[in-house]
Amino acid sequence: MSVRGAAFIAGAYEHPLREIPDRTVAQIHAEVAAGALADAGLGFDDVDGYFCAGDAPGFGGLSMADYMGLQLSYVDNTETGGSSYLYHVGHAAAAIAAGKCRVALVTLAGKPRTGGPPPGGAGRFFDAPESGFETFWGIPGAIGGYALAAQRHMYEFGTTSEQLAEIKVAASLHAQHNPNAFLPDPVTVEEVVDSPMICSPLHRLDCCVITDGGGAVVVVAPEVARQLDRTCAKVLGHGEAPKHTANGRIDLTYSGAVWSGPRAFEEAGVTPADVDYASIYDSFTITVMMTLEDLGFCEKGKGGPFVADGALVAPDGRLPFNTDGGGLCNNHPANRGGMTKIIEAVRQIRGEAHPAVQVPDCRIALAHGTGGSLGMRHGSATLILGQEDA
Amino acid sequence: MSSGLPTAEPRPTVENHPYWEGTAQGRLVLPRCTACGTVIWYPRAFCSSCRGTDVEWFEASGRGTIYSFTISHRGQGPWRDVAPYVVAYVELEEGPRVLTNVVGCDPDEVKVAQPVEAVFEPAGEYALLRFAPAGTTS
Ligand SMILES: [Zn+2]
Repeated sequence: MSVRGAAFIAGAYEHPLREIPDRTVAQIHAEVAAGALADAGLGFDDVDGYFCAGDAPGFGGLSMADYMGLQLSYVDNTETGGSSYLYHVGHAAAAIAAGKCRVALVTLAGKPRTGGPPPGGAGRFFDAPESGFETFWGIPGAIGGYALAAQRHMYEFGTTSEQLAEIKVAASLHAQHNPNAFLPDPVTVEEVVDSPMICSPLHRLDCCVITDGGGAVVVVAPEVARQLDRTCAKVLGHGEAPKHTANGRIDLTYSGAVWSGPRAFEEAGVTPADVDYASIYDSFTITVMMTLEDLGFCEKGKGGPFVADGALVAPDGRLPFNTDGGGLCNNHPANRGGMTKIIEAVRQIRGEAHPAVQVPDCRIALAHGTGGSLGMRHGSATLILGQEDA
Repeated sequence: MSSGLPTAEPRPTVENHPYWEGTAQGRLVLPRCTACGTVIWYPRAFCSSCRGTDVEWFEASGRGTIYSFTISHRGQGPWRDVAPYVVAYVELEEGPRVLTNVVGCDPDEVKVAQPVEAVFEPAGEYALLRFAPAGTTS
């Protein structure tokens, strides 16, 4: 069974705020749910499938179904960190194809900026079997694992800080057109490499922003999509894969995208050359470079020259990416960038990105998530979307 | 020799306690799968290579090379005051790549592929496995 054409994204909504001190996480989940449903022309009573991840409070899907009064025939709490929402869209499409639900709501919300509970709750990893061998070394949050991957990439392939910086520069050129972007000002390569070193070789400006916020999408069955006035994005393909430490033989030079990408491309019946726009998970600049290689947009180890050539800059680069400014400049709500990756891909397919960065006649868009750590274990997911007749 | 880095106290489990008991004696004791011979990491009583559950514990050499590293300039909690410090993957002679700290040298002198050797830093009843440049520990 394939999910190609089995589901459409009919609604997408990104919370406009980046600091939300006066609302609870549950409130923000409900707010973005209402936004995405309104975008689709649907209501809460239409929802029969609900998907959320570790950022949802309490029992996750159970608590949020209760909060929002949802009557559900399908619930999925898949948790793979920031990539969870890309898993959810694939799972929603499969559930719709299997007849388990017809209108699937996926929500994300969190407020790491103004002091809400940390997404996923750090305490939950205390009992992980690996924790006694990873938590004693002062790895300062997510950046440490990504820095280890970046250092090895530099060692094996000669990648430079300046090449990584080009990724931030491209994102910042896009963010200047987004009135909601947290960092709306363009930056230069020099500004990135001169920003304070946090975890070598990654500088402050190699990192994504920390923002409150959220987003939601609504995935519907084809017969529902046909009844809506809204332009939908067709789900063409989906692939997912965890990558782990491989009995201590971890290879830091690639991500799980080497498995999730081919699965998604095969299901969609397209190749990297067919992709008009790509939302690439950008927790850090190295995340983007490694993903571009692993998805086959360039050869392994050639991500540096690829990005240094202006490939990522919309609308004319070879592979316009993250035209909302991405997690690097626009928004990384709840420390999770997967939802906004989907939302901007939907905008591009609909022709509703900012005119300065809209890819002309964007037929095929890809969204990719990397949740967890490139340096240890992570969940990769690749989603390929097309126009309604793709 | 002490690096001065924070040493949180390990909490051994019924599955990994031979590893931790080794550290208390300054020995690197690792599990090896009796079915396929793979040296298992992280320490546990399950071989994810062949799914074997019979492991033997043996003393490893403590020698390795740096597979990758980062100099952290921003520690959190007790690490705030000791930055900059080095977090690394060290590839043991026996195969596994283990997360650790590299100590006993200026962080700026650390290089990928550099030979290193184990040092054990007391942490409660047990000790933490860190590494220093080869030839500097005895
Ligand atoms: Zn085995």
